[in-house]
Amino acid sequence: MTAPFELKDDSVVVIIGTGAGGGTLANELAQKGIDVVALEAGGRHLPPDYINDEWASFGQLAWTDMRTTSGSWRVAKDFANLPAWIVKAVGGSTVHWAGASLRIQDHEFRAQSEYGNVDGANLLDWPLTLQDLEPYYDKAENKLGVTRTNGIPGLPGNNNFKIMKAGADKLGYKNCHTGRMAINSEPRDGRASCRQLGFCFQGCKMGAKWSSAYTEIPQGEATGHLEVRPNAHVQMIEHDSDGKVSAVVYVDGDGNQQRQSARAVCVAGNSIESPRMLLNSASSMFPDGLANSSGQVGRNYMRHMTGSVYASFENPVHMYRGTTMAGIITDESRHDPARGFVGGFEMETLSIGVPFMAAFINPGAWGREFAATMDMYENLAGMWIVGEDMPQESNRITLSEEKDQHGMPAANVHFDDHPNDVAMRNYAYQQGKALYDSVGATQTHPTPPYPSTHNLGTNRMSANASDGVVNSFGQSHDISNLFISDGSQFTTGAAENPTLTIVTLAIRQADHIAELMTSKAI
Amino acid sequence: MNHETHPASTVTFVKKKLEGYRLSRRELLSKGLGLGSSFLVGSGFIAASSATWAMEVKSLSPEVMATLVQMARDVYPHDRFGDELYALAVKGHDDKASEDAEFKAMLEAGVESLDTQARAQGHANYLSVGWESDRVALLKSMEQSEFFQTIRGGLVVGLYNQEAVWKLLGYEGSSFEKGGYLDRGFDDVNWL
Repeated sequence: MTAPFELKDDSVVVIIGTGAGGGTLANELAQKGIDVVALEAGGRHLPPDYINDEWASFGQLAWTDMRTTSGSWRVAKDFANLPAWIVKAVGGSTVHWAGASLRIQDHEFRAQSEYGNVDGANLLDWPLTLQDLEPYYDKAENKLGVTRTNGIPGLPGNNNFKIMKAGADKLGYKNCHTGRMAINSEPRDGRASCRQLGFCFQGCKMGAKWSSAYTEIPQGEATGHLEVRPNAHVQMIEHDSDGKVSAVVYVDGDGNQQRQSARAVCVAGNSIESPRMLLNSASSMFPDGLANSSGQVGRNYMRHMTGSVYASFENPVHMYRGTTMAGIITDESRHDPARGFVGGFEMETLSIGVPFMAAFINPGAWGREFAATMDMYENLAGMWIVGEDMPQESNRITLSEEKDQHGMPAANVHFDDHPNDVAMRNYAYQQGKALYDSVGATQTHPTPPYPSTHNLGTNRMSANASDGVVNSFGQSHDISNLFISDGSQFTTGAAENPTLTIVTLAIRQADHIAELMTSKAI
Repeated sequence: MNHETHPASTVTFVKKKLEGYRLSRRELLSKGLGLGSSFLVGSGFIAASSATWAMEVKSLSPEVMATLVQMARDVYPHDRFGDELYALAVKGHDDKASEDAEFKAMLEAGVESLDTQARAQGHANYLSVGWESDRVALLKSMEQSEFFQTIRGGLVVGLYNQEAVWKLLGYEGSSFEKGGYLDRGFDDVNWL
């Protein structure tokens, strides 16, 4: 039922990217009868293809095209050409996300008002509120089948969770459970329930975890209004003499350059690729790149304050058995400056296998201390700390001197921690250590941030056109038929894993685009 | 488990118990020279002094290869791991050296540099430095070199992506084909 549209068909909405934002938007528009061409840089991989082996899966799914890094973050030293661990495939990073589906909290939408002036931070309130989003969060949670919503039971807790829960109880944390997860705890929507495979990051072979690759995309295709073109590598977006976007230029799987005409263009290539595409589309009319009159395209790059705490115990844990993110503590997600920082963080269990543990526990380290930690692998429990990081104008995506495989300037990702990020991370490390110590840890390991999985903020939404790139619907302040549909539109990062909010914004944006098309505004 | 995806496990050159070599320890000793206390080298192969395994070498000299194997253990010392796992972990360098003369020269110069430092301290070469702490001190002094970083970086995958290593570390890997961990101990911790 895949709808084939002509390259010259300028009535279609072109969506770049098929992840949480692009994939959801594509289906939502197609369900409304709007014709969509979705261009996806990666190939199409489905559950039977997923490889439950960390490095082999990384080779299958990860975005490993040329990128460069700069700044004082440790990733620039340890993984100079891998600033982000995200997916290049139909479904985007919904193939490898862990499934944590949390709503952004009310106060987090008003970061500037709530946190006040923070030196060096480019804070701003979102141009929308939690109340604006609540009806769409409801739809998103239903779409994703989020546990602990819509009457869906929570997942059972694995060993890693049992240790977190015991420690949380000892520390007096009140809100520790097996999470709001987009992983089926019982069969739903034609998808199976979780068998605790332990490879959420490698693509769920059960299909129990929601991914746009096998939900939104085929549902959209079934309408006859959605054509997905895999292996379509977008180079630039073109505009007409009126300054409206008119076409998207891409290299297809055979290496041939193509040009798809468009009535509107929605950019959803993740917070690194989306600003890169806008910057690479500079023209005489838009010399600083598309949608960039504010100068904010590529700026305010956020990656969440992250880190991990792994702890050794006298007895085996086998943390890798079962869901990767098996439980959460939300007590620390409040805004409480008495802790020495603004904003908050979540504590979420995390496990990685031996191959990735070797790569990430302390990149570059060697010798007996490193080997001793690896020798304890079976007895390790682990958690990820994920919190709000400060937007900074100087943390940004720019065009690199390096080129990609098609000759376009690659993205350079510059990042320095803000002092607030450092203070929060150190506090979170201490809490993680205290939690594990309380249940008998014999050693704990503060583990540095991995290459970024939560890439946010580089085309942020703002009430005023001078402060950001898009309005509250993700529509460009400058170009009315250009939309941003991914996490790059986040005004601030909040503490929560971003996917649910990206999906929520995409559902809301689809309604808005449909209205604009009906009223011929675009 | 897809074996094609494991570079290390596709290597069949390491023969435990000398399958394919059919050499007794005595024969091996007659064909090889002892290097340090751990290795025997002969024409085109290195082997454990205990004769429990042997590995063909096609591009690098057996002496260079034996040094890399020792170095691998010194970089990531796991006393439960047999030398053959370290041999497998660095085997890829021999393959690459056979196709890349510059790479081969870099490895040889790196080993020569290690041996030179060992000689300056009165040893015959790196392999004959008897104590781990003394070998580690030599490695420390060249930690920033391309040679060291190539060996160390390669080991992160070459060593820790071996299924035999996973087993020794208690990691069971893929579970899909066994129905997941749901009925296989995902929540079996009972010591809390």
